[in-house]
Amino acid sequence: MSTATQPASQLVMPAKHYLNDNYGIRSWLLTKDHKRIAVLYLFSITFFFFVGGLFAAMIRLELLTPAGDLFTSDTYNKLFTMHGINMIFFFLIPSVPAVLGNFLVPLMIGAKDLAFPKINLLSWYIFIVGALFSLATMVTGGVDTGWTFYTPLSSGFVKTHVILMAVGILTAGFSSIFTGLNFIVTVHRMRAPGLTWGRLPLFIWANYAASLIMILGTPVLAITLILLALERGFHIGIFDPKLGGDPVLFQHMFWFYSHPAVYIMILPGMGVISEIVTCFSRKRVFGYSFVAFSSIAIAVFGFVVWAHHMFVAGISTYSAMVFSLLSFAVAIPSAVKVFNWTATMYKGSVSFETPMLYAFGFIGLFTIGGLTGLFLASLGLDIHIHDTYFVIAHFHYVMVGGMVMAYLGGLHFWWPKITGRMYPEGWAKLAALITFIGFNLTFFPQFILGYMGMPRRYHAYPEEFQVLNVLSTAGASILAVGFILPLIYFLYSMRFGEIAGPNPWQATGLEWETSSPPPTHNFEETPIVTEEPYHYGADREVTVVP
Amino acid sequence: MQYKLPLFPEQASTVAGPVDGLYLFLVLITTFFSLLVGLLILFFAIKYKRRPGHEAEQIHGSTLLEIIWTVIPLGISMVIFVWGAALYFHERRPPANALEVYGIGKQWMWKFEHPSGQREINALHVPMGRPVRVTMISQDVIHSFFVPAFRVKQDVLPNRYVDVWFEATKPGTYHLFCSQYCGTKHSAMIGEVTVMKPDDYAAWLVGGKVDGSLASEGEKLFQELGCITCHRADSGARGPNLTGLYGRPVRLNDGRTVIADNNYIRESILNPNIKIVSGFQPIMPTFQGVVSEEGLIQLVKYIETLSLQQGEPLNNRTSPSEIRDNEVPNIQDQMKQQNAAPQPLPGKKP
Amino acid sequence: MSHNLATTEEHHPALAHQFDTMDQQREASTFGMWVFLLTEIMMFGGLFTAYLIYRHKYYTAFVGGSSSIDVTWGFANTLVLIGSSLTMAMAVWAAQNGKRRQQMIYLALTMILGVAFLGVKAKEYYEKYDECHIPGQVIGKGFNATGGCDAGDPKKGNIADDLESRNVPPAAAAQIARQTEIFFSFYFAMTGLHATHMLIGLGVLAWLFLRAKRGEFGPEYYTPVENVGLYWHFVDIVWIYLFPLLYLISRNGHEIFS
Repeated sequence: MSTATQPASQLVMPAKHYLNDNYGIRSWLLTKDHKRIAVLYLFSITFFFFVGGLFAAMIRLELLTPAGDLFTSDTYNKLFTMHGINMIFFFLIPSVPAVLGNFLVPLMIGAKDLAFPKINLLSWYIFIVGALFSLATMVTGGVDTGWTFYTPLSSGFVKTHVILMAVGILTAGFSSIFTGLNFIVTVHRMRAPGLTWGRLPLFIWANYAASLIMILGTPVLAITLILLALERGFHIGIFDPKLGGDPVLFQHMFWFYSHPAVYIMILPGMGVISEIVTCFSRKRVFGYSFVAFSSIAIAVFGFVVWAHHMFVAGISTYSAMVFSLLSFAVAIPSAVKVFNWTATMYKGSVSFETPMLYAFGFIGLFTIGGLTGLFLASLGLDIHIHDTYFVIAHFHYVMVGGMVMAYLGGLHFWWPKITGRMYPEGWAKLAALITFIGFNLTFFPQFILGYMGMPRRYHAYPEEFQVLNVLSTAGASILAVGFILPLIYFLYSMRFGEIAGPNPWQATGLEWETSSPPPTHNFEETPIVTEEPYHYGADREVTVVP
Repeated sequence: MQYKLPLFPEQASTVAGPVDGLYLFLVLITTFFSLLVGLLILFFAIKYKRRPGHEAEQIHGSTLLEIIWTVIPLGISMVIFVWGAALYFHERRPPANALEVYGIGKQWMWKFEHPSGQREINALHVPMGRPVRVTMISQDVIHSFFVPAFRVKQDVLPNRYVDVWFEATKPGTYHLFCSQYCGTKHSAMIGEVTVMKPDDYAAWLVGGKVDGSLASEGEKLFQELGCITCHRADSGARGPNLTGLYGRPVRLNDGRTVIADNNYIRESILNPNIKIVSGFQPIMPTFQGVVSEEGLIQLVKYIETLSLQQGEPLNNRTSPSEIRDNEVPNIQDQMKQQNAAPQPLPGKKP
Repeated sequence: MSHNLATTEEHHPALAHQFDTMDQQREASTFGMWVFLLTEIMMFGGLFTAYLIYRHKYYTAFVGGSSSIDVTWGFANTLVLIGSSLTMAMAVWAAQNGKRRQQMIYLALTMILGVAFLGVKAKEYYEKYDECHIPGQVIGKGFNATGGCDAGDPKKGNIADDLESRNVPPAAAAQIARQTEIFFSFYFAMTGLHATHMLIGLGVLAWLFLRAKRGEFGPEYYTPVENVGLYWHFVDIVWIYLFPLLYLISRNGHEIFS
């Protein structure tokens, strides 16, 4: 189903591009090229995705039976903790920004690189240092506080390596801060001539909004973890009630970052979906300004809803009401996006390549996941479903059904640009389908489990929950296949994939106006932008870069 | 392995129905909008499938549509918000006539104490048809009291009493879970709530070995620990009289007024110098490490019962405004002597 | 859509490849520094918020703690730091005007003043150690240390003992001592975080000094000096907040709990 204007046999790889410009490990480890740094991140986070996935597999295996018979309780507690930490801090948060964002932001705005290439490389090294701390924690016994590190459990009761892990996470946080800083300055200062804010691709708007959150929220996580480490190491007494401290203060400080963090995770994914839907409908995004501003609105509102994680934690009824109200408000911009994407397909010209399949999956699953967030925002109902599997199902719907699908869709969409080669379309479609089925089978039963009352983080559970748990584990085994397949065929395609050419999708966007893979300096000459984004239409000139 | 596949827990409390109602409404909304979006996408994908000769129509957007699909979700959200908030308000306000039970969560078990003296471990018996308020505290980390059949949950914090209330409607036995991760045996910190018909409950209360009611145990502690030496109603008492104190406003020496609730009383026993009653001196020793959480609950209950005595005027000799200036040096001397020779205090250790 | 645009490039040696003009580079770098300072505000802000929450909760103990740290030294440090901001601004001016020797002089002065600040801080920390005002027993002479700290001296000593010697009952004394420990934990955390930023700033200044010595900065290119200046001023401003919050507000003379 090639959509290139030239026959495939005539496409050749460019002689020189960013991958073969320089050889040797030093040229990679000391690179300043944003594209190479993106590839470094790609390999790093893929590793952590499978580490986190391995822990998930072990969790689901244990939960096949009501008794805790596969692992000890302590081990199980470490498994879900390390699953959460690895997936959130070492996979999801960097995923789209550090891989696709790093690669595409300069290309999409017609720049030669990000504003601060050395800081970009530094951010990868900082990520690796944080990752090493995480690995060190894992091999020396892990941590078992849950990824939320609630005090006083984490500050005074567990005997695992909390401080080591906290240092790892806060280090990875600085990586995130530098990435966000780079994006913000780049988007403000390095747009090609003619590229006004109103002509920016929505992927840029989404990453910009996520970058705002990265730079404003992550420092608060850093200081919270530092204080946690001080509390645990020196017993200063700010989170331990026996020493005069307030454990709920920790929750406020932790969630002040960790709620906006979920928008760091999802916004770039939404940006990817905008790009995919428009290309595979051959049509500009419906309501461009509304989609663009909804990204900013989500970033802003995301900062004022944190205590919706604390409705039963002992906060006052009145503050609970305020946070509930605001939590409903933050859902609206997301709904606006979903409607706009749907409307983009109206009177479009729709095709079903793999990226579009992932986009469909995203829109459907994110809608369900987002709407189940409303269940949690409703105060009276949250009392029942808080800290149950309902919450787990909700966030996996938005994070896996939403974010991971968006990431995979984006990887498939821009794979030809990154590597110069196409992935095998047949296998990719199969993997997308398997992922979709496996995902729903894994997580839909968990909504029911949660409402039935099965709490989170339970190693053993009452018998009546077994059927749903078995279904969930069955789904997980299918989901695993859906994730392993791309690993295999992407690796395969790097060597044996069909040559893609500069614009295999005939998409608009500056990144498609240069070769695949791009040259190190991105563009032979700085482009000048004279048209709106997504200017699909009969009068469009399709230029093919030689 | 059971083959039942139910979707809801049993409805065993007065709020279970309303909570399920809100849940069903949300399920309907979710289903509706998910289907709407899903079917539209399917429909557009088929109808506008790429075919030769059919070009996409470049539509910018429609402000009217944007307004519609912003305002309608906002409106629906507000309905859900108000509904949920009203339920929450109701669930956070225990009725005045609620039966009181006290609970202590600790790694990894629940201890409950009824006012009449029954103690239960990982089990809680309650009558049906009557509001029950469980006042809880943790001895270590944060736990959470969760009874799915009642649709209630409340995090149980260290160093601070929290309340949860429910009115059970159906006899039976229901799961009690700890739902705030609390360490190794978090998933083993479970129990059973048994709802009994009022007669059965009354029978259960008097059956079984019981030490004494919470209040009477509290009275014993009050004397054993020496509280009675200062907290008396007569002249010369060094501490405020506690009769009629519970639930009343108290004026502190920094001008603030606080209500003498459970948390205030507990704090005053463990950290007596955070809040000083106006006109009194900070001479009360702390009982931290001397009284267990159970003991604290007994003392609180006892002090609560002191307010139930009818007809006694609040006016007492040592109410703050009545200490005469020339008596202050005497009291100070007595304090110095008391503090110069600290005596080991008897009492229950945790 | 895209045409070929022949850009006129300035071939200043310091122009990085990703930028088209020195102006663009300067604007981007400075903007980047402002964004970074914004992240620093959020980090210090989190810490300050926690401090203010506890100050409200344990007012008496925190006021007592404030009163026991030496305001003279704190004020001296404030002057030192403001002075160093002045010398830093002069360094930026010198760089802007291509005055190589003056750049070096002012950068060196800034570093000297920075070191002086840290020296005074070290002295203050030692004083706290001597007075047994270090929380817990981290470095040996803590709140609960016996021996070596004289009770009865209002400015020195184990705070619990000191309070008891002035007829505060033991229970109250222990409690207030614990709360004061929390104050000192914040004191060390806040001034420690600030001092760490100063140390890093000193390192960066040294690097800048070497570059200035090589004559790298002039009217066309002085952005690094300007941006380090921004960072240095920010560190100064953090101190301007720290000093009143820790040393000054509600101060009641030199006695603890008078």
